[in-house]
Amino acid sequence: MRASRLALVGLAAVTLLLSACSTDTPTETPPGDQPAQTADGEWFVRADYDRELAQRDIAPEGDAAKPYLQAIQPEWVDTAKFKKDGGDATVCFSNASISNPWRVTGWITMQQQVEVLKQSGDIGEFRVSDAGDDDNKQISDIQAFVTAGDCDSIIISPSTTATLTPAVQAACDSGVPVVVFDRGVQTDCAVTYIHPIGGYAFGADAAEFLVENLEPGKKVLALRILPGVDVLENRWAAAQEVFKGSGVEILGNEFTGGDGAKIKDIVSQYLQRGDVDGIWMDAGDGAVAALEAFEDAGKPYPVFSGEDELTFMRKWKETGIKAIAPVYSNFQWRTPILAATMILKGEQVPKEWVLPQSPITATELDDYLARNADMPSLHYAKFGGEDLPGFPDAWKDR
Amino acid sequence: MSTGRKFADAGRFLISGSGTVYLVLIAIFAVIFVNNAGFFEAGNLLLFVKKAAPLLILAVGQYFVIVAGEFDLSVGSLVGAQVVLAALLIDGEEARTWPVILLMLAIGAGVGLVNGLITTLLKVPSIITTLGMMLVLFGAIRLLTGGAPTGKLSDGFRVLGNKGIIIESVGVVPWALFIVIAVGVGAVFLMRSSFGRTLVAVGDNEKAAGFAGTRVWWVRTAAFVLSGLSATVAGILVGGYAGLTSQVGDGMEFVAITAVVLGGVVLGGGRGAVLAAMAGALTVESLFTLFTQLEVSSTLRPTAQGLIIIAAVAYASRERSRRHTPHLSTKPAEPNGHHPDRVLKESR
Repeated sequence: MRASRLALVGLAAVTLLLSACSTDTPTETPPGDQPAQTADGEWFVRADYDRELAQRDIAPEGDAAKPYLQAIQPEWVDTAKFKKDGGDATVCFSNASISNPWRVTGWITMQQQVEVLKQSGDIGEFRVSDAGDDDNKQISDIQAFVTAGDCDSIIISPSTTATLTPAVQAACDSGVPVVVFDRGVQTDCAVTYIHPIGGYAFGADAAEFLVENLEPGKKVLALRILPGVDVLENRWAAAQEVFKGSGVEILGNEFTGGDGAKIKDIVSQYLQRGDVDGIWMDAGDGAVAALEAFEDAGKPYPVFSGEDELTFMRKWKETGIKAIAPVYSNFQWRTPILAATMILKGEQVPKEWVLPQSPITATELDDYLARNADMPSLHYAKFGGEDLPGFPDAWKDR
Repeated sequence: MSTGRKFADAGRFLISGSGTVYLVLIAIFAVIFVNNAGFFEAGNLLLFVKKAAPLLILAVGQYFVIVAGEFDLSVGSLVGAQVVLAALLIDGEEARTWPVILLMLAIGAGVGLVNGLITTLLKVPSIITTLGMMLVLFGAIRLLTGGAPTGKLSDGFRVLGNKGIIIESVGVVPWALFIVIAVGVGAVFLMRSSFGRTLVAVGDNEKAAGFAGTRVWWVRTAAFVLSGLSATVAGILVGGYAGLTSQVGDGMEFVAITAVVLGGVVLGGGRGAVLAAMAGALTVESLFTLFTQLEVSSTLRPTAQGLIIIAAVAYASRERSRRHTPHLSTKPAEPNGHHPDRVLKESR
C-alpha cells in the first residue's frame, strides 16, 4: 500500500510535468521554412530573412481585388499533362487540423470556395480527412487517398515539415497533381506550393512598427506562444534582428501558450516591476488580455503589435491605441482549391505560389472592421471570402 | 495550554504533512518579497488573488474527490467547455448572462453526477471515468464549435472574475476574493459536518465505512458533483479574468491535483485538510509568480516546478510515515487490523 501510494504521488508528479510540458500546436501555421543549414542562429537563416523582407515590397502579379490569386514573382509551370476533361473532379484534402481559430476561419473559406466550384461543375466530390495535429494520422490519411486511387488531385496542409515529407512524396509518385499549402515540406515534387510571404516578414512587420513608434530606451515585452516551433521561432528571430541596434530594450520574452489568463498574469507582473512601453506578439491570441492587464494596473496602453484577429482589432478601435495587426494571410485557404481546378484544366500555376502578406495599419483599421462587421470574435480580418456566395452566414454561424 | 506548548504544537503542525505547504508558501513569499517588495502592495496582492482564484476554487473541488479516494481529471476540460459554451450561448447579449450561468451550474453538476455514478455504480476506476469525460467534453466542444471557440462573453459575465468593488484605502477588491472566501468557508463547514466526516471515512477505508452504514456510492458521487460545481465556478472566474481564448482550461486538472497533493492531501483518500489544499493552490500560483519574477527561462520552468513539487510531497510523506500525527480531527478512528497499510507501518 505504501508502494502504491508512492506510485500515485509519482504519477501525480509526472502528470504535472507532462501537463506543464505538453504543448499546443502553434495557433498559427505559417509555412515551414527548411531546417536551417546555413543558419546564423538556430532559427535564423539570413538568406530567407532577406528574401522575405524584400518580397514585402514587390508588387504581386494579378488582380488586387483577388489577393488569393495574386502571386509574388511567380515562376509559371506547365500543367498540361494533368489536364482532365469533363470537370466533375474528385478533389481530396488532407488537413493537419482545425485546432485553432485561424485554421477554422480558413477551413470555412475553403469549403465555401468548394461550393462555388461544385456549382460550376468543376468539382464533383470533395473528400476531406482531418489529422487532428497527429503526424501519424496524416501520413495514413494521405496513404489512404493514394490507395483509393480515385482522387484527381490531392491537397495537403502538412502538420509538420520533415515528418510529412515522405508521405507527400508518395502522393506525388502516385501521378496525381499534388498541391501543398501553409507549412511546407522538404520536397518540391508538388505541382505548386502555396503560402504567404512567411514568418520572418510577420515578425519584422511587428518589430519595425514598434521601433518606429518607440524612442530608444523604451521597453518592449515579447509574448510568445511556445518554443521550438520553427514557424513561430522565425517570427521571433526576425524581431530580434530588427530590435538589435534599434535602442529599444527587450524586457523579456515569455511563453504563454496563447492562454489569456497566463498572458494577463505575466503582463501584470511586468507592470508591477516597471513600465512596459510596447508589446510584441508572435501571434495575436490573447492580445486583449494583455491590454486588459494595463487597464487593471491603471497604466497607459503600450504600443502594440497583435494580429488581424477581430477581438484584438475591435479592442484597438475602441481604445484608440497605437497598434498594428501583422497578417498571416488567412485567404491562402482559398487558393489550393482554385489551384487544383486550374491544374486539372491544364492552366499554368506558379511553382512556388507566394501570396501577398501585408499588415493592417491604423489607416486601414476602419475599412477592415466595416468589412467584417458581422463577423464573430476569433475571426481573421483578411480571410478573403467576402465575394463567396455563403458570405456572411457561413462564417457567422460557425 | 501554556505558550510553550502552543509553539511546540504549531511547530509540529508546520512540519507535518498538511503543514509543509504553509512552510513552502511562506518561503516562496519570502523570496518574492526580497526580489520585489512591490508585490505586497495591496493593489498587486489583490491582482494576484484575482489571478489565483480559479485554481483555488478548483482545488477545493478536487479536494473533495481526492479525500474520498478518487480523482477528477475532467475538471480542466470542463472549465474550458463551460467558458466556450458560455461565450457561444451569450454571444455578447447582456440579458442572457444569468440564465447561462445557471445552465452552466446545471451542466457542471450533471457532469459531476455522471462521473460519480459511472465510478461508483459501474465500478469504473475514476481515473478512467474522468479521463474519458475529459475527452468527451473536449470532443463535444469541438463538434459544437467546429474546432475553435466563437461568440463573446457579455461584460456582465466578466464582472465576477475581472472586476471588484472599490474599498477606500485598499483599492479595488475583486469579487473573486469574496467568492474564494465564501467557497473556502463553505468547504470548511461542510468538512466539519457529518457529510464531511463520512467523506473522509469513505476515502480512508471504504469497507469500514460501508459496514458502518455509509452509502459509499452516494457520498463519492456527491464529491464528484461538488467537483463539477467548483469547476463551473472556476470557469466563470477564469472566463471573467481573461475572456475567451481557445486554450482556456488547458491542463488545469493537473495543476489542481498538484495543488491538492502539495497541500498534504493523500492521494488515495482519507487524509488532508481543505484549507491546506487551498494553500497548496496558492503555493502553486505563487510559484508561477516567482518564476516570472526571477526571470527563470520559460523552457526551464516545468522542470523547476516539477522538482519543487516532488520534493515537497516527498518531504510531507516522509514526515507522515515517521510521525504518524493524529492531530487531524477529521480522521476517523483507525480500525486496527482492517488496514494493512497501517499495520505495516506501525510494525516498523
